Parts: sequence; C-alpha cells; structure tokens
Amino acid sequence: MREATAIFRKQVLDTRKNRAVLIQFILFPIMTIVMSNAVKVEDMPEFFYLKLFSIMYMAMAPIVSMSAIISEEKEKGTLRALMMSNVSPASYLLGVGVYDFLCCLIGTMLMSKACGLDDAAWWKYMCVIMTGLVISIILGAAVGVLAKDQMAATSLSVPVMCIFTFLPMMAQFNGTIAKIAKFFYTQQLYLALEDINHVKISTEGLIIIAANAIVILAFFVLAFRKEGLTNE
Amino acid sequence: MISVMDVSKSFGSKKVLDEISMTIGDGEIFGLLGPSGAGKTTLIRVLTGQLQFDGGAATVNGKDIRKLTGADKKKFGVMMDDFGLYERLTCYQNLKVFADIYGVGDAEIMTVLKEVKLEEAAKKEVKKLSKGMKERLRLARALLSHPQVLFLDEPTSGLDPQTSSEIHEIIKKRKDAGTIIFLTTHNMTEAEKLCDHLVLLNEGKIVERGEPKELCLRYDHQKRIEVVTKDGECISMGMNTASAEETSRRIEAFLRNGNLRTIHSKEPNLETVFMELTGRKLEV
Repeated sequence: MREATAIFRKQVLDTRKNRAVLIQFILFPIMTIVMSNAVKVEDMPEFFYLKLFSIMYMAMAPIVSMSAIISEEKEKGTLRALMMSNVSPASYLLGVGVYDFLCCLIGTMLMSKACGLDDAAWWKYMCVIMTGLVISIILGAAVGVLAKDQMAATSLSVPVMCIFTFLPMMAQFNGTIAKIAKFFYTQQLYLALEDINHVKISTEGLIIIAANAIVILAFFVLAFRKEGLTNE
Repeated sequence: MISVMDVSKSFGSKKVLDEISMTIGDGEIFGLLGPSGAGKTTLIRVLTGQLQFDGGAATVNGKDIRKLTGADKKKFGVMMDDFGLYERLTCYQNLKVFADIYGVGDAEIMTVLKEVKLEEAAKKEVKKLSKGMKERLRLARALLSHPQVLFLDEPTSGLDPQTSSEIHEIIKKRKDAGTIIFLTTHNMTEAEKLCDHLVLLNEGKIVERGEPKELCLRYDHQKRIEVVTKDGECISMGMNTASAEETSRRIEAFLRNGNLRTIHSKEPNLETVFMELTGRKLEV
C-alpha cells in the first residue's frame, strides 16, 4: 500500500506539469460547461451536451491518460527504477489507476454539477460514469502496457479511443452503426443516460457491459503477460 | 558478500555471459572492465534480479538471487543509465518518490543530496540539470536506502573529470562504510584508481582477473623504463636480461653528465593488458 501511495503522490506532482495528460482531464468538463451555457438551440434535448460529452470524457480521458503515463515511464526508464525499488506492477497500476479515476471523477462531478443535474439523478449518473471509467482505465492500461514508447501508445490509443468514443455519437445518425455500437459498453452507458433524470439500464445492457469488462480485462492480462511493464 | 558460480545467459543463440564466476567480499570495490557489448550490464541485471539467467548459481549476502524478495532488493542500490529520472519533478521530489517507497524519512533526502553536492539544486527541475548533475542525482537515488550492495553501471560515462572525481570520492566513502560496490566500466583509469579487484570481460567471458596493479605487473613482459633528460628528451630502455647492462651504462652516463631529470618504470596499463589478451581496445 505504501508503494501505491507513493506512486499516487508522484502522479499528483507530475501531472500538474504534464500538459499532454492534464488537458485530457480538463478539456471535456470545460467544453461541457461552455457549450451548455453558450449554445441554446430550440428543441434541444435536456442535458444534451452533458450526456454527449460525459460519454466521450469517460471513454477518452482514461484511455489516453493511462496509456500516456505508462508508456512514458516505460520509454524513459523510470518504471525500471520503480520495479527495482520493489514496487510491484500491481502497486504501480493501482497508484496510477486510482489517480486517473479520481481526476476523471472530479471532472465528471464538475461538469454535471455545473449543468444543474439534481441530486437524485446525479447519484445514478455518477454510478454509470464510474462504471465506464473503470473499464476505460483498464483499457488504457492495456494500451500502455502493449506500447513500447509514447509514439506507439498514441498510435494504439487513437483508434481504440475513436471506436469507443465516437460510436455512440455516430449511432444517433445511422441505424447500421447503432446496431454495431450496441455491443460496446460506451453505447450501453450512453443509452442508460438517455433520460438522464431517470437513469435505467436494461438487462441486455448490463450483460453487454459485463461482457465488455471481462473481454477488456482479459485483453489487459494478455498484454501484461506478453509485454510486462519494463520493455524487458 | 557476492558469489557467482558459472553463470551463463543467452539471448536467442547469442551467449552473452559464458560461465562467469567471481567472489566479492564486504567493503570491496569490485570492477568489471570490458568494452561495450562485453556483457557487463547484463551481469548487473542478472545479479539484481532484473533478468533470469540460464545456468549456474549466484548469491548476494547468502541469498540465492533467483529467490530475491522485495526486502532483499531494498538492500541494493542500483544506478544504471537506463533508469530514468522524472524530468518534470525537482531533485527533491524525485528522491521523495523513492524515499516514500523505501519508508525513508525526509531528512535523509537532504543528507543524500548534500552527499552528492546537489543540495543547492534541490528545488531545480531535473530537465534543467546538466548531465553530470543528473548522474549525481541517479547516484543519490541509489544511495537513499543505505544499500548493503551498490551496483553502478558505468557511473561516470561521458562525464567531465571534475564530476567523475566527485563521484569517485562518494564511492570510496561508501566503501569505507562497508558497502560492497560492484562497478562496471570501460574506463581503465577509473578501474585502476577505484577498484580493489578487477575482472576483465570480453564477449561474455572472463579473460583475466586480479588486483589492478598486480594485473599490470603480470603482463609486464617488456620490463621497460622511461628516462627523461634535462633537454626534455624521453628515452625508453629495456630492463630484461639482454638489455640490462646497456641500460645501466646509459643511465650512469646521464647521471655523470647531470642530464637526468626523471626515471620511471613503464608497466603496461589495463588497456595494454586487455589488448594483449583480446586484441580489442577497451574504450570502444
């Protein structure tokens, strides 16, 4: 636990000066607040921007930030130094993962509160987002573990992020895409937020989300077994 | 004490370590001298448990290195070139990360920073440090946990003489405190100056071992001396049986004429020894 706490503290200090990661945590909350207040279109569904950007944030920020943090540490050899100092891979991933989760959680809280979501709906909304964040963090960690350096991490994370982020958005305009998108956790969580004041997930949705979580976890385990954490 | 018995390691079909054996006592500076690609870094990786080896046995302080626990690893200080630093954090923050991991107090961070003469740069971001300062910070990180064994992989590679000398002093102080120092280098001057015992490594094999001076004397086949006259002329003369009489006559003549400035014995250095044994240069 001491090791994980040390990694968490390191991440707090480091991210303040790491613009590439920092922007991931603040971009969507700012966009949501600005768009919700600045762009008012007649007949626009309630909390339209909040729903849309929450899902994009939930998928994009953890995938990009986790993969960027892990791949940078692999590339620069700081992870090797940590492993030699008796930090286990589990402690490292826990420290970074919890940090990533909390940053995204704060961002989500800010954007939802700023949009005026009432307390009863807010708790359910947060549960939906937290579920998505955990899955996205595992996916981001898998990408980071697979990538040997930051450039490889970007090449890998961009397509992964695009699939999970943009499918729910595209599914609104195209029936074929909607049929494919429904097999992804982001789409199911988006559907759960459709009526944000009465969050509801169908049994089919729950099964798909659980299946996504299992597949992504298996993908992470395979990536970790293949590459490990230190490019060795 | 470190004990290595017939340790071998291959990467694919390439044998990187070939039945390496050595023993290193407490409070000793042990040098592994060899050119790039000789297997020095691989041996450090093996001994610190970062890399599994294929055959043989090795123990550090009596503990089988295949069975090293986290607590055992905390007794090692490792300084390697590819162990990076957090560039966006300050020197102090970099050490704080590892102090938290080791459970070492904050006061110790400043002590170690003083030891490596970085106390004034404590609040400076690592990316703004010179190469020499970064190397000293890497060393500080290795020293932070008061290790019983210090593994240093080319600690002064590419550094200016002043910084190298400062790092040598720190290493000597730790040796005097009883720490085992395991050092790899391709710098023969560093090896001669620092090491109590040396192993010359080439293409994964030990080609020679011993104390630096004793090694040089062992390969002193030519037995030559160098005479510098008052005119500044430098004359090399043989001292073996065949040339001894002639040499003695010439020195006598220089003394008689008052034309002698200095006389030095001219043993081979480690570079020459290595060349003789392998046909390769050390600093490649």
